[in-house]
Amino acid sequence: MVDDEAVGTFIARRVVVGALVVVFVSALTFFFVNLAPGGPASIMRIDVTSEQRDTLIRQMGLDRPVLQRYGEWLGGAVRGDLGTSLLTDEPVARRIGDRLPNTLLLAGTALLLSLLVGIPVGIMQALRRNGPLDHVLSVVSAVGLAIPVFWLGIVLILVFAVTLRVLPSAGVVTVGNGSPGDRLAHLVLPAFALATTILPTVVRFMRSALLEVLDAEYLRTATAKGLAHRIVVTRHALKNALIPVVSAVGALVPRLLGGTVVTEAVFGWPGMGRLALEAATGRDYTLVTGITVVTAAIAVATSILVDLIYTRLDPRVRLA
Amino acid sequence: MNRLTVVSIAVLITIALFVVVGPLLWTIPPEATDPAHALAGAGAAHPLGTDELGRDVLSRLAHGGQVTLLVGVAAMLAALVLGVVIGGFAGFYGGWADSLLMRFTDAMLAVPSFFLILVVITVIGSGPLPLILVIGGLSWMPVARVVYGETLRWKQAEFVLAARSLGTAPLRILARHILPQTIPSLVVSATLGVAYAILTESAVSYLGLGVQPPTPSWGNMLQRAQQYVFTAPVLAIYPGLAITVLVLAFNFLGDGLRDRFDPRARTGRA
Repeated sequence: MVDDEAVGTFIARRVVVGALVVVFVSALTFFFVNLAPGGPASIMRIDVTSEQRDTLIRQMGLDRPVLQRYGEWLGGAVRGDLGTSLLTDEPVARRIGDRLPNTLLLAGTALLLSLLVGIPVGIMQALRRNGPLDHVLSVVSAVGLAIPVFWLGIVLILVFAVTLRVLPSAGVVTVGNGSPGDRLAHLVLPAFALATTILPTVVRFMRSALLEVLDAEYLRTATAKGLAHRIVVTRHALKNALIPVVSAVGALVPRLLGGTVVTEAVFGWPGMGRLALEAATGRDYTLVTGITVVTAAIAVATSILVDLIYTRLDPRVRLA
Repeated sequence: MNRLTVVSIAVLITIALFVVVGPLLWTIPPEATDPAHALAGAGAAHPLGTDELGRDVLSRLAHGGQVTLLVGVAAMLAALVLGVVIGGFAGFYGGWADSLLMRFTDAMLAVPSFFLILVVITVIGSGPLPLILVIGGLSWMPVARVVYGETLRWKQAEFVLAARSLGTAPLRILARHILPQTIPSLVVSATLGVAYAILTESAVSYLGLGVQPPTPSWGNMLQRAQQYVFTAPVLAIYPGLAITVLVLAFNFLGDGLRDRFDPRARTGRA
């Protein structure tokens, strides 16, 4: 077992590095938005006079140096103030806060789904290496990696909502019906579509990790000393094979979060991804900056969580 | 070469012919509207039917494929250049360059790049050129990692030592002796990179932030198709199928090339 003090130091370091990554992303976004041609100063609608324009620029503080404005923005962000949305004049933090639970529900369900399906399928494939089932499932994974999420979403709507009429095609709940069953029905298609962004990769990782472990010497020893095959696989092989899979999940979370934008657009899911789309379409700089920083923070926090699980799973992990 | 790789190459050649030669043979302009025959089914005049404005779907598929492939390949090339420069410098010079560039790479990999794509498009606007720059500018990280690893490996090689002892300039060693060794891995990265770029282009164009109508792309054709999914579902089928087949072919080709180039995979098979 790794001693708790070492784990504590390791996690503290990861948190510091993670915070630096989020700050880095916020700086990258903020400076890009403010320095690139076409930045805030040029977005003012064409119908304003040049005097109105100057007033707006002064009101928004755009006449002050970028570095100073970034400092103020960062100071506010640390306290939970991400500025004001240009489109609605509401605080960015509140607009994100309104949508965040929906996105977390969708992305969390999709993540859970891809692990609950991906890990068993990968195990099954590894145990029947090169058999017909392995080949068929490999092709399914390859197709899953190639299908655009939004197109899969449209096809799912076409099949389950238009043709079979068994599941709703859009939204979080039916108006006037907020029962848990209704909510679940609305979650099925978008969660499945979003899960396909990472599911094939989980399957591939699980399959190759288990294959690698199954070829290891210590498994031959376990088999040689007379352990039943089932026990060799479950007790020895799986435990070791799961480790690389867990660490891969951390790296897949950014892809999953990116997928929420298209998924929420296809299924009319009122989450942060669709808010980002509205912000980009409406050229709402403060909002799109805020959303980018919040998603970066979520991705970083998840990967720290994954690392924590990782150290628990694998006592050999060197906490450097 | 395995059968899947051969089939992938055949599919890619077919698609390339369809988008390059197709428009020369099938001369209905992709922007020509014909409201009287909107949402028509398949027929002699329009083999794949027409869309909501009466535009010929076959023609739009061929021209849209051109745009999609062009953006995909160009974005991949941009990513390749960035990745080679960043990974090569970090691996070759080590020390500060290594720490700085590779931590930068890690940070870029740790955050959802799709949101950064939205940020860039919010600022610089949409269209094929911004798409190429933004997709290339946000997908070079895997290339950088590959080149970094290879550069670390090859800079210890004896022929590099020999070049060094002959007094060859460091940059020349990197460019002429080390980077050529990474070409096999780069070919694999490039193939998989095109697949990623095509998927990203189609997603961004589907959202209405990429290639703008009336110019067709396989992604933006799907944007309107969703509205007609109840009345003309077939409109949503063709472009999506085309993207899937194209991406699948690039992915299979990339996997096949990796098996061929990766010495570990080769010994595993022998």
